[in-house]
Amino acid sequence: MLATLGKRLLTVIPTLIGVIIVTFLLTRVLPGDPAVYFAGPAATPDSIAEIRKGLGLDKPLPEQFVRYVGDLAHGNFGNSLSTGRPVATEIASRLPASAELTLLGLFVSLVIAVPLGILAAVKQGSWIDHTCRVVATAGVSLPVFFTGLLLVYAFYYQLGWAPAPLGRLDAFASAPPQINGFYLIDSLVTGNFEVFRSALSQLILPVATLAIFSLAPIARMTRASMLAVLASEFVRTARASGLDTRTVIITYAFRNAMLPVVTTLGMVFSFLLGANVLVEKVFAWPGIGSYAVEALLQSDFAPVQGFVLTMAVLYVVLNLVIDILYGVIDPRVRLEG
Amino acid sequence: MKRREFLKSATALAAGTAISAPTIFSAEAQSRKETLLLVSENGPNNLDIHGVGTNRPGYEASWNCYDRLITHATKTLPDGSLSYDRDKFVPELAEDMNVGDMSVTFKLKKGAKFQDGTPVTAKDVKWSFDRSVTVGGFPVVQMKAGSLEKPEQFVAVDDTTFRVDFLKKNRLTIPDLAVIVPSIFNSGLLKAKATEKDPWALEYTKSNTAGSGAYKVTSWKPGVEVVYERNDAWIGGKLPELKKVIWRTIPSGGNRRALMERGDADISFDLPAKDFVELKKEGKLKLVSNPIGNGMYSLELNVKSAPFDNEKVRQAIAYALPYQKIIDAAMFGHAKPLFGGPSNTVSTIDWPQATGYKTDLAMAKKLMAESGAGPIESTVSFDLGDAVNCEPMAVLIQEALGEIGIKLAINKVPGANWRSEMAKKSMPMMVNFFSGWLDYPEYFFWCYSKLNAVFNTPSYVDPAMDAFIDGAYAAAAVGDKEKYATDVKGFISKAYTDVPRVPILQPYLNVAMQNNISGYQYWFHRQVDYRKLVKG
Repeated sequence: MLATLGKRLLTVIPTLIGVIIVTFLLTRVLPGDPAVYFAGPAATPDSIAEIRKGLGLDKPLPEQFVRYVGDLAHGNFGNSLSTGRPVATEIASRLPASAELTLLGLFVSLVIAVPLGILAAVKQGSWIDHTCRVVATAGVSLPVFFTGLLLVYAFYYQLGWAPAPLGRLDAFASAPPQINGFYLIDSLVTGNFEVFRSALSQLILPVATLAIFSLAPIARMTRASMLAVLASEFVRTARASGLDTRTVIITYAFRNAMLPVVTTLGMVFSFLLGANVLVEKVFAWPGIGSYAVEALLQSDFAPVQGFVLTMAVLYVVLNLVIDILYGVIDPRVRLEG
Repeated sequence: MKRREFLKSATALAAGTAISAPTIFSAEAQSRKETLLLVSENGPNNLDIHGVGTNRPGYEASWNCYDRLITHATKTLPDGSLSYDRDKFVPELAEDMNVGDMSVTFKLKKGAKFQDGTPVTAKDVKWSFDRSVTVGGFPVVQMKAGSLEKPEQFVAVDDTTFRVDFLKKNRLTIPDLAVIVPSIFNSGLLKAKATEKDPWALEYTKSNTAGSGAYKVTSWKPGVEVVYERNDAWIGGKLPELKKVIWRTIPSGGNRRALMERGDADISFDLPAKDFVELKKEGKLKLVSNPIGNGMYSLELNVKSAPFDNEKVRQAIAYALPYQKIIDAAMFGHAKPLFGGPSNTVSTIDWPQATGYKTDLAMAKKLMAESGAGPIESTVSFDLGDAVNCEPMAVLIQEALGEIGIKLAINKVPGANWRSEMAKKSMPMMVNFFSGWLDYPEYFFWCYSKLNAVFNTPSYVDPAMDAFIDGAYAAAAVGDKEKYATDVKGFISKAYTDVPRVPILQPYLNVAMQNNISGYQYWFHRQVDYRKLVKG
């Protein structure tokens, strides 16, 4: 098992090297000159040149690249030009915000979509099947920023049930001491229930937004794969043998229908990370997506590179986890495959 | 089914929190009264205006956390709102200013202390001024506007006396000492933080404040929030009422408006014209709006490339623009027109003032025919970062110029690329906004014409123009009002006749406040001064 895992990890290295080269080149090829941007209003060619030199951008590309790789090897992602802080610190402080949001969104969506999909498949053509179809279609056709704004409008502006969309915490609450950066966990561990409630109430709307968006693919995939499995012979045999319906559906059918669902889950997770950028903007969420977008808008190379690298690593890990899950769910699947 | 039970309890918990959330902090009502919650679209990227590429929100942090030697007095405008007084200076860190023939001498206030407790001395002032003319980039250019260029000009006479020697007479020298750039830094602290690579400790001041100002930054999360606390030992002016200011970055405009309407935020700064007009109609919030001094939206024509090197073509365009439609559609009627004046040969030195152009298609067609230019195809560019205002303008301009045979494509330039595109000076036509801190016409023309810098996007350089600008500078320095007026009228008239830049409108700076907030004041730097704000 460990050996196969090691082999699997080895294949990741070329991917990462590729990502490093491509991100470095891409950010250099992009139009927009950071030196001009940072030179400010009324800049003269002289002041621009001064700033370019200060930023090390007057050096030839290969030299910049060697320096970049050298820094990476030391775990140094460079400094963000716009915030002046080390990119690694920024990402470390922002990744938990995005992760907390995405994971919770995915969890909520799973909890709703999987039972919905199973029920829709079992009671094909019933009202629950139609509900599943309507919810899935609506969820997937609403862009996330629209759902987000709509939820804010209804639940904050009109009804006043949700707290102000001010980010992770109410403006007057202070963040819990950082343990792993997930405010929900940090506040619980330190026993600060005020902060826990504040953090949780701030999470509800953005999590609902993400959940609505990701409901569709999971519910549809669960339904489709359940239908296929339910029609197969081993289910008919199980039923004929007189097993009760619940055992047939949950233990036999669902377990076999899970493979495509897990695959979809991986895809949905990556979608969610992308959709996060918009949700973060709408809810003023200090996540990694909004950080990358802001950096891109200012031609600030280091955070963009750091962001892409982090994401690449995340995807690699995610794929690995999914591959391992395959093996757990279905022992016939082997990692070498 | 344990999982289901867990689920049930989890959702019940979630629903419970949603409803009780707003009451959580009622115990802190008292501190809320002394705390201001300010929301805006962008936050600072650097707390020090001397830093590399500090953005406008960063100027706000510098303004409130550092002192200058002098500042401007406050005046009440005809509409009852407060503004800085361009012509009247009051002491801030200096208690006395003595302007001589070729120098100005300041006496520092006794008992002035930096936020770490060390006294402010003339040596700190000298170090700070040296820094501002040495670090490069924007601070250096800004200091130069007041002929403040060399460290030798700044003399620490003794511990409390500081002198600035003039390189030449320049009326803008004193006003330039009251802008944000010549802030006074704690030189002792910063020298300790300096490194060989970073002799001015820019790295430290990027995220820490080291001044004697009314506020200090106690927490800064880039892109999220800045938290300020009052410096109770401040002697630069009357001690501010607000003990704490929380400045949150809320990117979505709709949410900023919702926060204001629900009463959760105290001030929303720099509203789009649309929100301003609509909120005003609803009448629930306090709204203040001031025309942005020395600023204008204009259509810029690159005079270095055909066909806009042809003066007749430029004038034809100036007659074809749908001015009123632009004001109505892009600014929701909330802007000062800069067109329809009596003549392009102006008779006053007001700035900015209306041109003699108005929408007159017949005249435009006639000028096009005279110009001899054939059918024209070109591109109009704008900064996507300001798309709210620029996009409708560009579309209306595209439509109107189609009428006189100029076919335009629209080029939207992402915010990050806008300055580098401008620096290339290759865009033939652009919709753009400019404003200058020092509200003097000669300063505007110095920045955007004579000094052939990035912002002279039309690439318009003309010796006769430069003679007027130099003349106005020289006349202002010696107080020759008559000559000054002639030269100012001269360069404005020339700019309007040659029209490398077609002025369209002067926008407003809009602010929404809860009704219990008072003391907001307009400043040339277009940022919020917390020091005079009062809540309750």
